[in-house]
Amino acid sequence: MSALEPTTPSAPQRARWAWRPYALTLPALLLLVTVIGYPLLTIVLRSLSEPQWGLQNYAWFFGAPVNLTVLQRTFTISAWVTVVCVLCAYPYAYLMTAVGPRVRLILVLCVLIPFWVSGVVRTLSWVILLQDSGVINSLLRSAGFDGVRLIRTQTGVVIGMAQVLLPFMILPLYSVMKGIDLRLVQAARSLGARPSRAFFTVYLPLSLPGVYAGAIIVFILALGFYITPALLGGPRSTMLSTLVQTQVLSLLQWGRGGAMGVVLLVATFVLLALAAPVMRSRHREAGRR
Amino acid sequence: MEMKPLTRLILGLVCLLVAIWLVAPTLVVVPMSFNENKSLAFPPQGFSWQWYQNFATNPEWSTSFLNSLKVASLVAVLATVLGTLAAFGLDRMKARPANLLRMLMLTPMVVPGVVLAIGIYAVYLDAQLVGTLTGFVLAHTILALPFVLIAVSANLEVFDRRLETAAASLGAGALTTFRTVTLPLILPGILSGLLFAFATSFDEIVVSLFITNPYLKTLPVQIFSSITRDADPTVAAVGTILLCATTILIGGGMLLLGRERKGRL
Repeated sequence: MSALEPTTPSAPQRARWAWRPYALTLPALLLLVTVIGYPLLTIVLRSLSEPQWGLQNYAWFFGAPVNLTVLQRTFTISAWVTVVCVLCAYPYAYLMTAVGPRVRLILVLCVLIPFWVSGVVRTLSWVILLQDSGVINSLLRSAGFDGVRLIRTQTGVVIGMAQVLLPFMILPLYSVMKGIDLRLVQAARSLGARPSRAFFTVYLPLSLPGVYAGAIIVFILALGFYITPALLGGPRSTMLSTLVQTQVLSLLQWGRGGAMGVVLLVATFVLLALAAPVMRSRHREAGRR
Repeated sequence: MEMKPLTRLILGLVCLLVAIWLVAPTLVVVPMSFNENKSLAFPPQGFSWQWYQNFATNPEWSTSFLNSLKVASLVAVLATVLGTLAAFGLDRMKARPANLLRMLMLTPMVVPGVVLAIGIYAVYLDAQLVGTLTGFVLAHTILALPFVLIAVSANLEVFDRRLETAAASLGAGALTTFRTVTLPLILPGILSGLLFAFATSFDEIVVSLFITNPYLKTLPVQIFSSITRDADPTVAAVGTILLCATTILIGGGMLLLGRERKGRL
């Protein structure tokens, strides 16, 4: 759109055109304020004002052991999902950098296709696979492990969530690993380091920014997960999102539901703020190179 | 990086397992969709097309599918227009306000779905937008906007603005410059933004579950309520159809891209 600008604006002209970029972002900002900003504000206000003004809803939330258990469980499940994702994504992303273009295309497709398949359908597949009469249980039974329960357990939820979130770990990790100069590893080797030592002292530290970036994204997305725990989980694997939904839709407790939502929101933004310096320093390093 | 043969073997095996874990589970819907019995128990029995017929003829399923197509198409257009305008604006701003505004516009990606959903639900209850097309389109557009912004911004970053100057210096008017120089060069970004916006809306479930009502359901909502209600293999048939559609879209896109690249070389 700056095509509309004169080619070499003189100073007063430049001042006249300076508002134009802001005008271009205005429609998007307007929608952002009405469809995100105003609703979030409403929730914060309701958490403070229903039934009366005050912090009662927060006191209730942090006072009831049930809620604290769910809060703690939400963090535990998210942490497990993150760990599983890191462990699976690291070798996978590394292999993506080490193979030829054809194999890499296949590996990329394996990441992207599930990324594109509807999340509800993927969760449905997990319901079919993990149910008591499902594939995995029949396999386990024929191997002699009878009565293993997967659906409606935390293990089931972690398996399903990690699969849905794995691409968010693999892609940033791959983009960092792609940029690592392998001659540094060779240099370490030529100076007498064993392959494992060269890996742990040279390659691993260089790839850590990718691990951080991916882990933060996965953890944050996992905290707010709703569909997978709702379908794969049982009463003993309820996460915070489900609790929010129950308070608002079933019990019509907007204040309490809102307070829980605000806790979730604050946790997310605190984590993002903690992650921001790490990510920024990574950008700076990339710029220096 | 050099590796011992054993390490290489283990690495290959682990990655094979991860690849299977990523792709295989989703494929389980394919055999389930041809089940003769009304159950989702594995293994499926017999063979029948009845669940596909059910999807096509049962108004609950076909209407929700059409609703999703309608909403997603509108969202794709709206989000692409708004996102592209915003990306241009941010590209031509000073760095500091641009970074701040960009961060603000990406917030829909990180706000937990349920929190956003109850907020939008509260506002929609007051504005009587629950279960309306406008309500769905507005909510999905804001969720799709970040993807368009990212796609178009990435393209603008590598776009050489001197080309615009060159066109203008050769006498092209502002609109001509935009139509013949800028637009063709950033079109890939706009198109992939469009596709992402469509997919985001077509797949959106959390906010949709809250702002839906019996008069307007989208496909994911219908799938979700079907899974929670009973074991109807129609969901497997729908899953199979979506799986095929996605694969054809991605495969076609890759082939097109590959041919274009080859053509350029």
